[in-house]
Amino acid sequence: MTRASLSAALAAATLLASGPAAVAGTEHPTTPEAAAAERDGPRTRIDIAEVTSPGGITAWLYEDHTIPIVTLEASFRGGAALDPAETAGATALMANLLREGAGDLDATAFAAELESLASSLGFSAGSDAVSVSATTLVENVEETFDLLRLALVEPRFEQDNLARTRARQVASLRSDAMDPGSIASRTFWARAFPDHPYARPADGTIETVEALDRDDVVAAHERALARDNLLLAVVGAIDAETLAPLLDEVFGGLPAESAERPEPAEAALAGEVEVIEFGIPQSVVAFGHAGIPRDDPDFIPAFVLDHVLGGGGFGSRLTAEIRERRGLTYGIFTFLAPNDLGWLYMGRFSSANDRVAEAIELVRAEWARTAAEGITEDELERAQQFLTGAYALRFDGNARIASQLLGLQIAGLGTDYVNERNALVEAVTLEDIERVADRLLDPEALSFVIVGQPQGVEASEAAVR
Amino acid sequence: MRLVPYAFALLLLPLAPAAAEEAAPGDGPDDGIATFTLANGLEGVVIEDRRAPVVTHMVWYRVGAADDPPGLSGLAHFLEHMMFKGTETLDEGEFSRIVRANGGEDNAFASYDYTGYIQRIASDRLDLVMSMEADRMANLAPSPASAISELDVVIEERRQVVENTPGGVFGEQRRAIQYLNHPYQRPVIGWMHEIERLTLDAAMDFYAEHYGPNNAILIVAGDASVEEVQALAEQHFGPIPPNPNVAERERVAEPPHIAARRLEYRDPRVQNPYVIRSYLTEPRRPADQAEAAALTVLADVLGRGITSVLARELRVEDDFALDTGAFYGDTALDLTTFGIYVIPNPGIPLEEAEARMDAVIERFLEEGPDPDQLERIKTQIRASEIYALDNLGSRARRIGVALTSGLTIEDVRAWPDALEAVTAEEVVAAARAVFRPETSVTGWLLGTGEATGDGPTDIGIGTEILGE
Repeated sequence: MTRASLSAALAAATLLASGPAAVAGTEHPTTPEAAAAERDGPRTRIDIAEVTSPGGITAWLYEDHTIPIVTLEASFRGGAALDPAETAGATALMANLLREGAGDLDATAFAAELESLASSLGFSAGSDAVSVSATTLVENVEETFDLLRLALVEPRFEQDNLARTRARQVASLRSDAMDPGSIASRTFWARAFPDHPYARPADGTIETVEALDRDDVVAAHERALARDNLLLAVVGAIDAETLAPLLDEVFGGLPAESAERPEPAEAALAGEVEVIEFGIPQSVVAFGHAGIPRDDPDFIPAFVLDHVLGGGGFGSRLTAEIRERRGLTYGIFTFLAPNDLGWLYMGRFSSANDRVAEAIELVRAEWARTAAEGITEDELERAQQFLTGAYALRFDGNARIASQLLGLQIAGLGTDYVNERNALVEAVTLEDIERVADRLLDPEALSFVIVGQPQGVEASEAAVR
Repeated sequence: MRLVPYAFALLLLPLAPAAAEEAAPGDGPDDGIATFTLANGLEGVVIEDRRAPVVTHMVWYRVGAADDPPGLSGLAHFLEHMMFKGTETLDEGEFSRIVRANGGEDNAFASYDYTGYIQRIASDRLDLVMSMEADRMANLAPSPASAISELDVVIEERRQVVENTPGGVFGEQRRAIQYLNHPYQRPVIGWMHEIERLTLDAAMDFYAEHYGPNNAILIVAGDASVEEVQALAEQHFGPIPPNPNVAERERVAEPPHIAARRLEYRDPRVQNPYVIRSYLTEPRRPADQAEAAALTVLADVLGRGITSVLARELRVEDDFALDTGAFYGDTALDLTTFGIYVIPNPGIPLEEAEARMDAVIERFLEEGPDPDQLERIKTQIRASEIYALDNLGSRARRIGVALTSGLTIEDVRAWPDALEAVTAEEVVAAARAVFRPETSVTGWLLGTGEATGDGPTDIGIGTEILGE
């Protein structure tokens, strides 16, 4: 339940933070009573406007003038999955370089401009998207958005900066290669989607990144950033009339079309158990099997089922069995990963080397029990209460609202969804759960990657390579 | 079945005179912050923000790992875990189950000077969470069995956050020699051999000594007014009598630091060796924040972003380092640290990295800050006060940390002005005062290659399929 605040200012942390290929479920819903109140009470309705610029660029806008700030979140769909295998990591390097000088400004001048405005711009690449975030005081919206345009449309990609940024990316990959959590996650994705871009980390590999040159970065820029793959959310002290022309100014200079995305792939997990020997006192485990796409009609029942099995943390079956009853782990959780091109149902935990085998057996047992018996009416009701009640917690603050607005677009949902979603969760029945448990949970296919020195773990023959 | 409304018949303790002393809504500037104090000593802080029908509800205790008894490091943190294990009327885990059944999230945290409990929940459930938080302030009653499995959880937590990462171990070792005598030298989570000795009895003794309304701060942020919060606090916390065992926190003091200390930690997993140096110094003090403000600005000047002094010299003008930075812990009850670090490019010996780091600081002490950079930092400090308004949780946390670290609400309010007032001369003076070698700990985190810390070496990592 707690993370003791150990000396957090550790230098390395700045370098080590780089996301694994996994993307947690886009939908993290909330209680029936609260939900009812939420739907009925006018203060709790979230009214989202869809703003289209004269040039045809669309953004979702939630206008709120309480605080004089504006937040923009954007997602260029495609992301690192557009990288050819031999230049894996190029899109990530490109994204990392967007702040390193653009137009007339070199990297230092660009950073100094942002500091003078007290604005922030962030760019990052994941497997499915290049993500952009901008935050500014309302008085500096135009200047900040102009810097955003400069970064997106006129990046310099200078040789000097490229070499340095590449070196940082490689350093971060080297750290990841020695981090048990990253090893587990990356190995799991590589097993799940062999011969697919999802098998590679979004940041690439040490070998591919070391070989990246300016042409690769320019090519990634052309592939990844365009108007046709752009989703936009804007929240704060700005109205539609002000926003619409700004959208054209910032994004109008991008090419019309992005590169074609790879085909989706089926998860190729069939019950393997892979052990990666690593000298640490506690084994780190990634587990799971095929999931369910976000646009599947059974997604919401699956989401509720996951909450009961392992997604809900405290109160979930796995946490009750493995942490609370037996003290085998500090934390175990599961999540649906409905990425654009492939979907997994995954989980993570860590457990002492001499106890991890017992924990794995318990995961298997809960998986099998839930697959066979489903969940109880009481569990369903508790899950619905939590999921509907907690939905409002995702909307207290501009930054949270912006990320919800973007998440809804990524999931392909409409602007009204936010006001309808709790009813969808409440409508889930035990029959729905039974159907989706049957489709989703496959104890035979449940696969494990274990990094550590686990004792008494039987690895499967299927895992030989 | 509904878990929701919860009648508590448990706060029927002898009534302290139910009274609100010095309710002061509307004191101070118009920042939406109001305070009150109950007769039993409980302090209340309310940050009203009506944007969403949600509240963040926290109770902070003025006790933490620095108050762990000798030989029982980790006790404050273990108690924090046990606070979820049931009261005289709530079963093990029921607290969290009820919060969840009401669509809320709950968690807790422990540090050196505080232990805190938090829920985020729909504002019409404030009454419920407050009643349960008041219940476990006075009526904690976990079962011995729950303590045994929870101790295993804490042991796994230690393995996960410390022992499984070289940076975690290194940080712990540095801290242990940063303080010569003060309990800040011990890890919050505890040393493994002492965690293993913790018991439910020890946790309950600690609870009996430190928990109670007169050692607690209630913070509510979000969709609630001070009048509403105060009325609920009277109802739920008001009947709990002050705990007579609560004493002023007087930790053992540091002796004068006379000798600079150095350490070197090697771990085969380290891929990007670095040098880090921290200096013992003062944090913010009540009504005396000028020096801490100067150190805060100094950390930005030296280490924030690529326009900072360290980055400019070691990353922009010279391609020497992967990363550089500076940090200062402005809030602590006792002493804190100011630090700098350099992660050199691969293959560069740490000796050289340390020499370059020292040279940059040396030159900075001569030349002082670039006025343009200082002006930009001030702009960012002003703006950060506006940005901070968006995140209620972090506003509430900042206040909680300050109030449990010896500061007052007035100090919290005065802090932005203190930062604003910092001059270039004060930044240099603060740097001269803080960079005293005899208070410093210099750490090298290295791989197991050359003594100078070069690239990766073989540590026998490989894929192996067991059971073949």
